[in-house]
Amino acid sequence: MSCIQTKSLRNTVFYKKQERVALRNCGYIDPEKIEQYIGVDGYQALGMVLTDGSFTPEKVIEIVKASGLRGRGGGGFSTGMKWHLARTIIPDADQKYVCCNADEGDPGAFMDRSVLEGDPHALIEAMTIAGYAIGANQGYIYLRAEYPLAVKRLEIAIGQAKEYGLLGKNIFESGFDFDLEIRLGAGAFVCGEETALMVSIEGNRGEPNPRPPFPAEKGLFGKPTILNNVETYANIPRIILKGSDWFTTMGTEKSKGTKVFALGGKINNTGLVEIPMGMTLREVVYDVGGGIPNGKKFKAAQTGGPSGGCISDKNIDIEIDYDNLISIGSMMGSGGLIVMDEDNCMVDMAKFFLEFTVEESCGKCTPCRIGTKRLFEMLEKITSGKGEMEDLDEIEQLCRYIKKNSLCGLGQTAPNPVLSMMSNFREEWVSHIKDKKCAAKVCVDLLEYKILADKCVGCSLCKKACPVDAISGEIKQKHVIDQSKCIKCGVCVNTCKKFGAIIKE
Amino acid sequence: MKNLADLQAIKEKSQNEMKAHSTRVLVGMATCGIAAGAKPIIEALEEGVKMNNLADVEVSRVGCIGLCQYEPLVEVVKEGEDPVTYVNMDVDKVNKVIEKHLKGGEIVEEYTVSGTALT
Repeated sequence: MSCIQTKSLRNTVFYKKQERVALRNCGYIDPEKIEQYIGVDGYQALGMVLTDGSFTPEKVIEIVKASGLRGRGGGGFSTGMKWHLARTIIPDADQKYVCCNADEGDPGAFMDRSVLEGDPHALIEAMTIAGYAIGANQGYIYLRAEYPLAVKRLEIAIGQAKEYGLLGKNIFESGFDFDLEIRLGAGAFVCGEETALMVSIEGNRGEPNPRPPFPAEKGLFGKPTILNNVETYANIPRIILKGSDWFTTMGTEKSKGTKVFALGGKINNTGLVEIPMGMTLREVVYDVGGGIPNGKKFKAAQTGGPSGGCISDKNIDIEIDYDNLISIGSMMGSGGLIVMDEDNCMVDMAKFFLEFTVEESCGKCTPCRIGTKRLFEMLEKITSGKGEMEDLDEIEQLCRYIKKNSLCGLGQTAPNPVLSMMSNFREEWVSHIKDKKCAAKVCVDLLEYKILADKCVGCSLCKKACPVDAISGEIKQKHVIDQSKCIKCGVCVNTCKKFGAIIKE
Repeated sequence: MKNLADLQAIKEKSQNEMKAHSTRVLVGMATCGIAAGAKPIIEALEEGVKMNNLADVEVSRVGCIGLCQYEPLVEVVKEGEDPVTYVNMDVDKVNKVIEKHLKGGEIVEEYTVSGTALT
C-alpha cells in the first residue's frame, strides 16, 4: 500500500483504483431531490432518446448491445440481446412490461440497496428508456420490504418524476407514456429468481416456473417482459449519454464496464466498491480492500453468495470477469465478495451457505427441497467428526444430481459452494474425516479445550466461570477439564487471558 | 416539463444552487450511515450552521459514500479544493469541525481519513 498523506477519500488507494459508473452519484447528490439529479446530467439521456428523432427504439437497443453490457444480477446475459428479444419476438403484442429485480437477497450483499438509496432517479430514468426501447408503457420494481429506506426514497423519487412529467403520459411531448410501480417482496430468497419474481408480482405465491418460455416471450401476466437488475439499469443512462464506445474502453474482451462489489468478511476496508472488469482479485483484496486484518493470511474469497463459489489463494491473480470466474468454478454473482482468512473452515463455510439455501428452498421441486437437506446432513456428519471417506464421493454425486434436476436457478446453483470448496480445499475436508481435526478450529465437535499444566496457577477463575461445572481442581492446584462434560463454549479461555493456560486444539 | 430546454433550465438552476454555497457538507445517510449514527450528526450540523449563521454552507444528505468501515462519514467540499473526508464521526467531533473548519477554515487533521490505515 502506498503511503500518501491525504485528507480526501478521493485520493486514497481505496478510491483511486475504483471506476464509478453505476455508483457515479451515490454519496454526492441528495437522493430525495430530483433537481440535484438533473444537475448532474440526470434525465438527459431520456430526453435525448425521446426528442431526437434519430433515436429509434432499435437504435437504443443497438447502443446497449454494442456496449457489451451484461446482466449485473450475476447471470451475465447480454442486456441488449434481452431487450432485442423482448422487442421483436412477439411483434404484435398488445402489452409489454419492464421489470426491475431489486430483491437483493444474498447474505452480505448490499449493492442494489446503495443505488436505490443513493441514486433512485438513475433507475427510473433507465427503466423508462428500456420501456421506450422494447415498446412497453408499464414498469414494476420488485423491491424487498426489508429495505424500508430504499422503498421510501424510491417512492419519493417516483412521485417527483411524475410531478415533473418524467413519468406518466406524453413524456417530453413525444407521445410516449410510461408508468412505474413498486411491488414489495415479502422476504423469500426464491423471489429473486426471475420466474418466481414475476409470479409474485402477479399476486401469487412466489414459486418458479420452468423455462422456456423465457420472459421475453411470455413473462409478467403472460406478456413479453424484460427483467434486469438495479445495477444493470444504473449503467444505462451513462451508456446512452456517453456512447457504447466509451463503455467498451473499460473491462475485458467479453466483460465490458465495471462491477460493483460489496466487500465484506475478513478485510480491512469493508465497503461498497466499483471496479473495472479485469482487475485482479489481488488488487481488490490488497489495494482497494486494504488487506486482511490482524496480519492473517488470505485463504479464499466467495463470490456469488450461496449460488457462487470460492476463489482460493492460488487463483488470487485471476482477472475478475464473468468468464474467468466461471472457468474456476465460481461465478460473478450479483456482487457479494466475502473474504476469508485462515481462521475460516471451508467445510463450515460450505455448510453455512447450504443452510441458507435449505431454508430458502421454496419446496416446489424435490431435488432442491430434499436434496439440499440431505446434502446439509452429510456436511453435518463431517463437521461433527463422524464423516467417512465414501461420503465425499456421495456428496459430489448428490451435488451433481441437484444441479442437473432442480427446477430453477436456486436449486441448480445451491451445491456450488460445496463443490468449489471441496475441490479447492480437499485436504481440509479429508483432515476432518481422517484426523477428526478442524485446522481452522471452527468445528466445535472436533475441538478440545485443554489446561496447560505448566501454566495453570490454580486461581480457579475458569472453574467458577464454567457453565457446566466441567472444570475441577483445588485452589493453587492444577485444574483439569472433564471432556465428557465440556460443551466447548470457550468461556474458560476468556477468563484465563492473564495466564494463557487454556488452549483449544 | 415539455422539452430539453425545460430540462436544461432546471439543470442550470440546480447547478447554480449548488454553487450558491461555497461549501457543501455531505453526510452519508444511507441505511449503513444511519445505522452507524449519522442522524444525530446531521442534526448537529444543521443546528450548528444555523446557530452560527454560516450562510455559505449547505448541509446535504447523500447516499452511501462507500466506506462502511469508517462510517459515519462527513465530507466538506469547498469549491476548487480537494474534498476533506472526516471518518468515524460523532457529535463532539462534528461540533469541533463546525468550530474549526466551517467557521475558522482550519481542517481538523486528526479526524480526517489521513489518520487511518487507508492512506
